[in-house]
Amino acid sequence: MKKLAFLAGLLGLLACIFVPTLLKNHGIYLFTYWLIYVIATMGLNLTIGYAGQKSLGHAAFFGIGAYTVAILMQAGYSFWLGMPIAALGCFVVGLVLGFPALRVQTIYLAFATLGFNTAVWLVMRNEEWLTGGTFGINNIARPEAFGISLDGNLAYYYLVLAFAVVLGLLLWGLLHSPWGKAFTALRDNPIRAESLGVDIRGYTLLSFAIGAAYAGIAGGLFGSLVQFIDPAPFTVEASIMMYLMVVVGGPGYFLGPLLGAAVGVILPEWLRFAQAWYLFVFGAAVVMLMIYLPDGLLSIPDRLRAKRQSREASAARAAAAQSGVQA
Amino acid sequence: MTDFLQLFFSGLATGSIYALAALGFTLLWQASGTINFAQGEFVMLPAFMMLGFMAAGFPLVLSFAASCVLSVFVLGWLFKRGVVDPLFKFGMMPIVVATIGLSIAMRNAVRAGYSAEPQPFPNLFPDEVYNLAGVTISATDIGTFVFAMILVLATQAFLAKTVTGRAMQAVAQNTESASVLGINVPRMIFYTFAINAVLAAAAAILVTPTYLAKFDMGSSLGNKAFFAAIIGGFNNSRGALLGGVIVGVCENLAAAYISPAYKDAVALIIFMVVILFKPQGLLGKKVERKV
Repeated sequence: MKKLAFLAGLLGLLACIFVPTLLKNHGIYLFTYWLIYVIATMGLNLTIGYAGQKSLGHAAFFGIGAYTVAILMQAGYSFWLGMPIAALGCFVVGLVLGFPALRVQTIYLAFATLGFNTAVWLVMRNEEWLTGGTFGINNIARPEAFGISLDGNLAYYYLVLAFAVVLGLLLWGLLHSPWGKAFTALRDNPIRAESLGVDIRGYTLLSFAIGAAYAGIAGGLFGSLVQFIDPAPFTVEASIMMYLMVVVGGPGYFLGPLLGAAVGVILPEWLRFAQAWYLFVFGAAVVMLMIYLPDGLLSIPDRLRAKRQSREASAARAAAAQSGVQA
Repeated sequence: MTDFLQLFFSGLATGSIYALAALGFTLLWQASGTINFAQGEFVMLPAFMMLGFMAAGFPLVLSFAASCVLSVFVLGWLFKRGVVDPLFKFGMMPIVVATIGLSIAMRNAVRAGYSAEPQPFPNLFPDEVYNLAGVTISATDIGTFVFAMILVLATQAFLAKTVTGRAMQAVAQNTESASVLGINVPRMIFYTFAINAVLAAAAAILVTPTYLAKFDMGSSLGNKAFFAAIIGGFNNSRGALLGGVIVGVCENLAAAYISPAYKDAVALIIFMVVILFKPQGLLGKKVERKV
């Protein structure tokens, strides 16, 4: 099974490298958009899928990252300086936001993070001297790397893909280290984890901070992709969409964000044939998905396996009963 | 001082509407552990039902009654059977996401099927203002406040005084022992959903004349109701009333005295302060952690 997953991952990566070369500009743009959301929801998956913290403020970090990079670039600094600052900034804010998480859990935490998102959004909208208010910041440049301009859509896509792969590998490494085990222990039973010596305070904070840093990086990439940012993509609704992507993809599955972000970003595009009704169809599809696959899309293989095993077990039982009768 | 009283009284009217929406929210949470992210849309939909009935020639009061019945069917029975029952055993995350999906679907169905434009809505109360010692109060504000209060207190009384209400509370507090005592648990949970639907319809008839019927009117109302419910105490329905009034009044005062741009942050700040000092809310009871 491990091998199969690895093979699927490799095929997926090859597809990500070659398919966009066949696409027109809009297709490449969509792919890039999707990958940026994959990066952001990878971080959120760590927070809610692995560490079990209900966070509904992820778009705030996405926005903080985007504005940090954009403002620094406007001030004449390089994209490559802005990126680590955005990531570090989000990491620190994530740590701070983690503190209420130590006091409150589940629903309270969900609303605390949702409130945090509202606050960040209000600052983005109202503090015009810094963020341009509702007019936003435009003419955000695409970066250069090693003297190569990444202005072209395809070139920029490969930059985002490189980010996604590197961040994905980092997350994979983290999850397979003792830290990753501590995160899942925290999710499954915080009190038991504590009694086993897991520092639940530290890990709760860390799960928020790392998730936030991923969102910050994704936000920085997003600013350069769309080249114009205003507060609209960083609302509470956007956070809710990201939460939805993680749960629909499969929380706690490593590849869940790939599918979840596809549902959130690409599915609505496909549904455009339904015209004015496309968001209705999207919402209804999400409800259906949850009813039939409450553990997300990536739980399908597990379900099939469980079904096969129970079928084999009942066949074995029947065979045993049969031989018992004959003997 | 008169300014202050003025702002205070109109804040009370808004707050009582938040309280209505928040009450439905806490009821659902207590009875079935459901966090309904479509709570705001549950207010929006009855508003459009009433518009539909009125377009068919019914007077306002009759439209309201018909919408209540329809709400109980759609937002009560259908919602419980179709979404909550199948997802109940999988915990909180799938229900949250399903209700998010539901809110997106409801909002956009109304936008695509009815209209994206705000629709005017007739006012239940006369268009008069009264002057009391320099404070002008509109009949709408008084009527809204009184009507909302009656509903909230009637729900309270129903829960506390009647046999059915007590049974519902028993289910909310301990489902297993309630069923051992011979209480029909699924029916009690359905009653909760039905009450939630009726409260939402009532909130709709009160809020729509001022804010107009619009497909996205639910999102800000839903948010305020959530914050109100948590401020007051999530597991206490009297808390919803307190929280709603606090949010409504403070918001109005802050918009006038601090900055209208940050009006929407008021609910949030109160919420943060309350949650840091009393995570279970002002009137909430502490819930023990389970190992």
